[in-house]
Amino acid sequence: MLESFQIIISLLDSTIRIATPLIFCAMAGIFSERSGIIDIGLEGKMLLSAFVAATATFLTGSPILGLFGAILASCSASLIHGFACITNKGDQVISGLAINILASGLTITLGIALFSRGGQTPPLASEQRFMPIDFPFLDQLSFVPVLGELFVEVISGHNVLVYLSVLAVFFTYYVIFKTRFGLRLRAVGEKPEAVDTAGISVIKMRYQSILIAGMLCGLAGAYLSIAHGAGFGREMSAGKGYIALAAMIFGKWNPIPTLFACLLFGFLEALGVRLEGVELIWIGEVPVQVMQALPYVLTVVLLAGFIGKARAPGAIGVPYSKES
Amino acid sequence: MSDSNIIPKWLSVGVIPLMNLFLAFCVSGLFIFFIGENPFRAIFVMIKGAFYYPGAIGYTLYYTTNFIFTGLAVALAFHARLFNIGGEGQAYVGGLGVGLVCLIFDQHVMGFLVTILAILGSVIFGAIWGIIPGYLQAKRGSHIVITTIMFNFIAAALMVYLLVNVIIEPGQMSPETRDFASGVGLVQIHIFAKYLGLEMAMSPLNLSFIGALTVSVGFWFLVWRTKFGYELRSLGHSETAAIYAGIKVSSTIIIVMAISGGLAGLVAINELLGVHNKLLLGFTAGYGFTGIAVALMGRNHPFGIFLASLLFGALYQGGTELDFEFSSITREMVLLIQGLIILFSGALAYMLNPLVERFYLKYYGSINSA
Repeated sequence: MLESFQIIISLLDSTIRIATPLIFCAMAGIFSERSGIIDIGLEGKMLLSAFVAATATFLTGSPILGLFGAILASCSASLIHGFACITNKGDQVISGLAINILASGLTITLGIALFSRGGQTPPLASEQRFMPIDFPFLDQLSFVPVLGELFVEVISGHNVLVYLSVLAVFFTYYVIFKTRFGLRLRAVGEKPEAVDTAGISVIKMRYQSILIAGMLCGLAGAYLSIAHGAGFGREMSAGKGYIALAAMIFGKWNPIPTLFACLLFGFLEALGVRLEGVELIWIGEVPVQVMQALPYVLTVVLLAGFIGKARAPGAIGVPYSKES
Repeated sequence: MSDSNIIPKWLSVGVIPLMNLFLAFCVSGLFIFFIGENPFRAIFVMIKGAFYYPGAIGYTLYYTTNFIFTGLAVALAFHARLFNIGGEGQAYVGGLGVGLVCLIFDQHVMGFLVTILAILGSVIFGAIWGIIPGYLQAKRGSHIVITTIMFNFIAAALMVYLLVNVIIEPGQMSPETRDFASGVGLVQIHIFAKYLGLEMAMSPLNLSFIGALTVSVGFWFLVWRTKFGYELRSLGHSETAAIYAGIKVSSTIIIVMAISGGLAGLVAINELLGVHNKLLLGFTAGYGFTGIAVALMGRNHPFGIFLASLLFGALYQGGTELDFEFSSITREMVLLIQGLIILFSGALAYMLNPLVERFYLKYYGSINSA
């Protein structure tokens, strides 16, 4: 009993660590896609900002500057995306894909040119990273059974970006559903003509949305390389941007359900690692690849309408021109 | 997005794509310059690596073969306005088809027959991996872009599982199957040349290249000379018009995705039957994604795709030479160039149109109207 409790605690703990970058990216995806811009480029923006975060932190010694660098890099990628598919009305999927491939090539090329370490950045010392924060009253609380342990092991002891990711969810929810800006943003994604008729610039709204998305992806990247990890490794984002995309669809473009989708996908990955080499009764050993594929399979099943219906914003993927 | 109808075709199909490509190379050159190397020397090294050394052309054409297959796969779907990002996964699963056929039959059936069955296997397995997203798009309304992305990841997980746990050669550490029996496979061109008494440098170029050229001609015929090609292009121009014309939209989508997946699956014959002679992890190496760049650059026409594949083949082969000649730039530079080509030739394809239109009207328009 006690042992299985320990296992659950450690599973929940790693779930949160794995889910954090997914949450940032999925919220970024919501901002972008709710305004009508498909964002396949989450992966690339996260990778690029992870690289810039680690590089800037290594060169300046300050993780705060690293974080700003990450946000700047990610927003620049967003602006390229915007220039291609808002200003020039190019294809949004192609543009996102270009950003992903560009980010892969750019991070490795620059990494090798700057540090000659095969694409990695030099390791960062702990004072150059966002380190785990311990909450106050831990000692007193640890005596409380179950809840105390849950607090000490799962809630407390993460780095600041983990807590920020939870804030990002509420921020996204508040901005999109409770502000005038959010109302306009959703309208731009559903019926841009209507927003245009009301005298609001569709172009400006969409640029603002993808810039917010850029900032959030920057936080995800910084989490990978200067908070959770201690430096950048090539292809470090490893498909997390696509999982976030899946989580966003799974959460039906709504922040709170998307948060739970991210946690679910994080939990599946944590469970997969945990179950490696373990024989389960009735089932036998569950291959880790099943757990890896499950988020994608679930998303495909959901999209196909077998469990509820996921409906994308109405004007998604369509460039806006005033004349037509 | 459509071509301008102000400027003549030779400008919109010939000059503007070349200008976009030129822009992509200029930006790549700027990156090389900022890294502190000479961009012109890098180009020189790559051209030499792709064409000059013995066997270099063979390697270039071997890469070209892969890109023709994946480029055609993406292009066919584009003609029906479907965006198949799943070429990578379809090629990977196509490899499973090749592997299974060879492992099951190669001890019992003569090599020639096994090879033909294996080629069929690659097409059928690739097609299956295209049909499922096609079906989900046609009948359940799932967005094909998202499903094909998801299917790439599902394919990767499936292949790792099978190669690590099921079809791995017993007693072997690295995740790959045993070698196929010796009679199985496609002849490499340099061996073929030797039979004819010609001396050619060794390279992995094999009969798949001829296959790719044949398939390109078939592609042209299918898209522009058959009823089905007409239907899929109508669907690409306007779905409502296609419905009014009595075209069965869902079955067309599914068949297009089947053929597209099958084309991507053919990468496996070049890689597995032509070169590796076994099924191994990650043999697709991003060729499926490069196919998107190839299709965009080649304007979805087989001849354009051939030229674009040749360019990418040269970039891939020439890129390996960068590793030897430079200390600070490597073959990953090619990935950067590829990203920029997708950006300029794809997402920004029509950026230059207004500029060229203005120039054209200024210098030729007055002559025409006079």
